[in-house]
Amino acid sequence: MNAPQKPTIKKVINESGIEVKPLYTAEDVAASGGMEMVGEPGQYPFTRGIHREMYRKQPWTMRQYAGFGNPADTNQRFKYLIANGQTGLNVAFDLPTQIGLDSDDPLAEGEIGRVGMSIDTLRDFEIAFDGIDLKKITVSLTINGAAAILIAMYLAMAEKRGYDIKELRGTAQNDILKEFIGRGTWIFPVEPSIRLVGDTIEYCATHAPKYTPVSVCGYHIRESGATPAQEMAYAFSIAKAYADDAIKRGLSVDEFAGRLSYNFNIFGNIFEQVCKFRAGRGLWAKIMKEEYGAEKPGSMWLRMIAAGGGGGLTFEQPEVNIMRGAYYALISALSGTQTMALCSYDEAYTIPTEYSARISLRTMQLLIEEMGLTETVDPLAGSFYVETMTNEMRSKMEEIMAETDAQGGIVKMVSEGTIQAKVSAQAYKMQRDIESGAFPKVGVNCYRNEQEEDHPVEFHPYNEDDARVQIEGLKRIRAERDNTAVDAALSRLRAAAAAGDNVMPALVEAVKAYASVGEMTKELVNVFGRYQEPIRF
Amino acid sequence: MTNNTRHIKVLLGKPGLDGHDQGAKVVARAMMDAGFEVIYTGLRQTPEQIARIALEEDVDVISLSSMAGSHIPFCRKLKPLLEANGLTDKLWVIGGNLPAQDHAALRELGFKGIFPSGSKLDAITEYIRKEVQ
Repeated sequence: MNAPQKPTIKKVINESGIEVKPLYTAEDVAASGGMEMVGEPGQYPFTRGIHREMYRKQPWTMRQYAGFGNPADTNQRFKYLIANGQTGLNVAFDLPTQIGLDSDDPLAEGEIGRVGMSIDTLRDFEIAFDGIDLKKITVSLTINGAAAILIAMYLAMAEKRGYDIKELRGTAQNDILKEFIGRGTWIFPVEPSIRLVGDTIEYCATHAPKYTPVSVCGYHIRESGATPAQEMAYAFSIAKAYADDAIKRGLSVDEFAGRLSYNFNIFGNIFEQVCKFRAGRGLWAKIMKEEYGAEKPGSMWLRMIAAGGGGGLTFEQPEVNIMRGAYYALISALSGTQTMALCSYDEAYTIPTEYSARISLRTMQLLIEEMGLTETVDPLAGSFYVETMTNEMRSKMEEIMAETDAQGGIVKMVSEGTIQAKVSAQAYKMQRDIESGAFPKVGVNCYRNEQEEDHPVEFHPYNEDDARVQIEGLKRIRAERDNTAVDAALSRLRAAAAAGDNVMPALVEAVKAYASVGEMTKELVNVFGRYQEPIRF
Repeated sequence: MTNNTRHIKVLLGKPGLDGHDQGAKVVARAMMDAGFEVIYTGLRQTPEQIARIALEEDVDVISLSSMAGSHIPFCRKLKPLLEANGLTDKLWVIGGNLPAQDHAALRELGFKGIFPSGSKLDAITEYIRKEVQ
């Protein structure tokens, strides 16, 4: 076999830029800062976990990303996943919905229902969540540019079904700053985009205090080329930008910080990953306590979904991705995450079929049922290696955050495209290193199959008919709804946006009148304008 | 790279609503390192925009990076526009998440170079150099 060539002892530097030694002792722990930041689970600085009993009390939530076609198709998939033991939903929207276009918009042609479900009006949400108990199954909406609209729609749908919004749990991704770095579903320019995130935080703090309006994503920044330490450092800088906006509005940190959450990526070196999460928990707690003066422990918690990332999976020998996913799930469990998800093995080919989604779900269930990963909290604590690397990863993240501040801060760097250029240069170097074999990747640059066989991947079929059904549904709603009420709500939305008021009450009213995502987005674009992408790489 | 190769100008476009641009930017850098002049469009280009930029910039190569599955409907709209602008003598290339069962259709739509996920950077630039010379 063509194994990668390795000299006997060579210097090892992990992706975050930290040297990895062949042996660690108590002296390394002491030299890296000692055990000061370790503490106890459930106590500041929460390095070992945000709860005392962690998975003994409740295992992680399993939340596979799912959605395609029209809301009825997606409702079926949701029910399939729940029937197979999934404990939360993570909703995928199609690209027109994500960037605020109705399904009958000419730009939406060919994209409806392709990478997620299509949503035009409240009616679609009613269909998508029909028969699902929103108290038992928490729902995470992967929506960013159009997040304020879709949060309003979710709250309106739940209220209509009789849920008490004050008690309603759920999450929206709603992290627009990372969309400018990677993923790209922005709509409005940077400043009004941050303002909209602030509007949702402010609105939820009083109207839906148990709802998590933002899940700050290191995940996609990592996918775009960031190192694990940068992933977390940039996410913290972004979260601070949202927190600063909320504080400028007069909210106290303890009024909203407990409802911020995070979304992080897992691929690469097991120990670097586990230490990233342990380090991040301590660092975030320290930031919230020391910089923001948070007093409630919940405000200091790094609540997160830690998900096996597509960036680690390969197009070559896709079945090997099932094993990669199993290790990513193991890392996630060892890291003390609240929620887990995995990219399915066919990620490089297609959106998951029922079959591949079920394999991901079973992978996570194995850890709970057979492997003992829920029995003991933070089982790697006290390892000389893990504690040293945790200290070193935390220092690295602090260094990156300080550099970001020195360069004018994350908002400025994102606006100017500096971060985009940096991570894209790193992505290029990584791709070159993979192609040269300098960075080993099984099946890609070592242990290749000389004759790539036909891959055992079944393609999720795209149903052209779904688009027609969706557009007809939208036309029917437009004919049946009270259009005077819609127009009045839309003009109130425009007025609120122009006046600098919180747009959420107007959005909730417009959503309840069955205004469409595209109609509401247009009103906001008329006031805010559209983002112009800085082309830098 | 040798000095006697001709100057190659490439349009690299992100078609449709897809926001995945990591791959496009990586390929753009590889093209620049290979000595090509690269016009990268940024996200969310319509077929009309791609055709207009290709004409105005007088490129040798029209390349697209598509990750979110809408490559066939997009290329169906793009083909007649490129033809109408007299750009059939240019090299049309597409890369990204392109299932094998779509390759024949893409070829019929005029895309001579097809580089699905897993393609090597040097394979892309060498192909372009060979075809454009």
